[in-house]
Amino acid sequence: MGVLLLVARLALRDLRRRRGEALILLIALTATTTTLALGRTVGGGADRPWERTRAATAGPDAVATSANAADLAALAHAPGVTASAGPYATVFVDDLRVRDVRVTALVQGRDGPGGPVDRPQVTSGTWARRGGVVVERAFATALGVRPGDGLSIAGRRLTVAGVAVTAGRVPYPSSTPGLVWATRADLRRLGRPMTSHVMPLRLADPSAAPSFAAAHRGVRAWQDMGASATAELHLVDQALMTGTWALALLAVACVTILVGGRLADQTRRVGLLKAVGAAPRIVAAVLLAEYAVPAVAASAIGLVAGWAAAPLLARPSAGLVAGGRPGVTVGTAALVLAVAVAVTGAATLVPVVRGTRMSTTRALAGPARPPRRSAGLIRLSARLPVPLLLGLRLAARRPRRSALALASLAVTAAMVVAAIALHGDIAHKDARTTGPMFVPGAENPVTRQVNQVVIVMTLALVVLAAVNAVLIAWAGSIDARRPGALARALGATPGQLTAGLSAAQLLPAALAGVLGIPLGLAVYAGARAAAGVPGGAAIPYAWLPAVVPGTVVVVALLTALPARLSGRRPIAEVLRAD
Amino acid sequence: MAILRAHGLRKDYGKGTGLVRAVDHVDLDVAAGETVAVVGPSGCGKSTLLHLLGGLERPTGGEVWLGEQRIDRMPEAGLARLRRHALGFVFQGFELVDELTARENVELPALLAGESPRVARRRAAALLERVGLADRAAHRPMALSGGQRQRVAVARALIGRPRIVLADEPTGNLDSAATTEVLRLFTALRAEGQTLLIVTHDSRVAATADRVVTMRDGALVGRTHLAGAGGGTGAFAGLEG
Repeated sequence: MGVLLLVARLALRDLRRRRGEALILLIALTATTTTLALGRTVGGGADRPWERTRAATAGPDAVATSANAADLAALAHAPGVTASAGPYATVFVDDLRVRDVRVTALVQGRDGPGGPVDRPQVTSGTWARRGGVVVERAFATALGVRPGDGLSIAGRRLTVAGVAVTAGRVPYPSSTPGLVWATRADLRRLGRPMTSHVMPLRLADPSAAPSFAAAHRGVRAWQDMGASATAELHLVDQALMTGTWALALLAVACVTILVGGRLADQTRRVGLLKAVGAAPRIVAAVLLAEYAVPAVAASAIGLVAGWAAAPLLARPSAGLVAGGRPGVTVGTAALVLAVAVAVTGAATLVPVVRGTRMSTTRALAGPARPPRRSAGLIRLSARLPVPLLLGLRLAARRPRRSALALASLAVTAAMVVAAIALHGDIAHKDARTTGPMFVPGAENPVTRQVNQVVIVMTLALVVLAAVNAVLIAWAGSIDARRPGALARALGATPGQLTAGLSAAQLLPAALAGVLGIPLGLAVYAGARAAAGVPGGAAIPYAWLPAVVPGTVVVVALLTALPARLSGRRPIAEVLRAD
Repeated sequence: MAILRAHGLRKDYGKGTGLVRAVDHVDLDVAAGETVAVVGPSGCGKSTLLHLLGGLERPTGGEVWLGEQRIDRMPEAGLARLRRHALGFVFQGFELVDELTARENVELPALLAGESPRVARRRAAALLERVGLADRAAHRPMALSGGQRQRVAVARALIGRPRIVLADEPTGNLDSAATTEVLRLFTALRAEGQTLLIVTHDSRVAATADRVVTMRDGALVGRTHLAGAGGGTGAFAGLEG
């Protein structure tokens, strides 16, 4: 008990002493745990809204469409079919008008929502009676109509009696035109020729629906319709999963940089604790506890934030039945905590073990890892202007940190490229959702949600990458303090040193920007393949080269202040301190 | 003619009751070709004085002149120019760059001064030969003895052909044999007419000087002209007591 108390007191005291670093660690870990919690809460549930909608509406296992009702009647008795409804006559109209909007629609004649298969669920209002229509919910949302509103179809004034969801047809705008139900009498009164007949079917084996559909003309399986209805949710799933991985990588980089930056200081602390009689296991416990506290706090914050944000990101199309607020399971909580602790543990274990194994006197001297020599780069730098000479040599003396900076920035640049690619694809998709089949001016709910997720993920990534860039600059400026002061004592100006410190950050940033482009395109292609998105991607290639100067400029802005402060520190003060 | 002059030089740290006067109204002239040793107990302000004279630190009051240029108020860029061309520094802890070889360490100030790599390399090689380390040019500092490291540091201080070399406890981290190596080098430099200002608490180093000034509590408290390099140990010993 006494030992535990001692470990807790020492760890908390050090955390209080280094509040800024603890806060940065907390931000980095919270970004990761929030995304992970979101991914676990929302992710993997892309199919659920479709399944809920099928369950709530006695959704058909297959839907047959034919111009001839007699063909459908024969299908109702085909082997494997256990029940059917309809056939329902449908009319294609190109003049559904609401206020000043004109759009095409599919009007289905149906006197009630009942039947053995496909029972649309009225979510507001009532089913259609004479002079009234029911509008499929996603279509109603796009049209901006509610029960009681008026509209006209083929010049006939009708009233919106209700709004309903169905699993008998993929919701608007994933399938067009939008669906409207009217009574059979009203359908005839439209005076338009029947376009087709639709018959929902129940199969003995729903899993065999795809083969049933393949065997019969004009039949579509519920699985195929579900894939279309939830394509955007699958893409959201993939975006969340990819983003979570990227954030976890950045968090590991962040913790590693923090730990590396404090290594000399931590080693001295280890020496001090050992000198006053602390056993190696207590020293290790203190150091690990220092990082475990922010990890636990970040897990708690991440779980709450992920739970709160889940409904915003997991909202299915209005045409599907939404579930309640997704809950956080014990498994999710345990996983989030385990990942946060593992991330901090993995990054801190090596210095902890090294510190505890080191002799007390060596540890008290606080030996930092000796700088690396890169003969080629030293020779090359001799031919460069002074700021680049200093920058290249500073970057080369800590290759691991430079590699970490490169990896961290490359992951961010890749995700930004993937986001640009996705945005381009969405814009392309949006551009195709114009014309008479689509409600003019209505936002596309399919792409809106993907956009929201991408914006949230990109923001989280950029924030974490910015934290990393500042941390790398901070760690670099600590490491460069003495060689920088020496360079100034030997004749370098503060401006040259500041530029050199910036160059040490910008060289990996430029390379990261270059690597990020193919990496991001590969990530995007992988995510599309995993989500089963059909067709080729419409990537805005012209924008991608901007990622390189963009990365360099952002890193330059973020690292300017630490570099400037470090470049102007009094020489004697730095050389005296040691 | 004085190459380096300090007048009423003062350096304070802290404020109010915590104020510490590290250098207290020091007047000092160093003539061209002269070797001056500043001696005194630890913490008396010797190193701070050297930093003030070399423009590594700004004084609280007083003036520092290098030739005809007042440097205590000079902008940092101007001071950097002086450090490249007029001042050479030798530090107690050597302050060599660990990842560079002896030759690369020596040529660094020349590269910072904009010399071509070829010229810098040629001059570094010549200086290493001059300090007796031509065969160690490709070695990194960790592969050199203390005395060798300090000789590399001296070679580095000389590459800019400085008007004065400022040495801060150049034998402070060295054993007796290494101290002898460095002393021999300073004696040779003195003989060549190189102006030297050496801060030291080592009587053997001070004995190589033309003149010894003693500091105590930040102020100069004594000045002694020695008869000649290497021959004034007795006089120096008397001054210290």
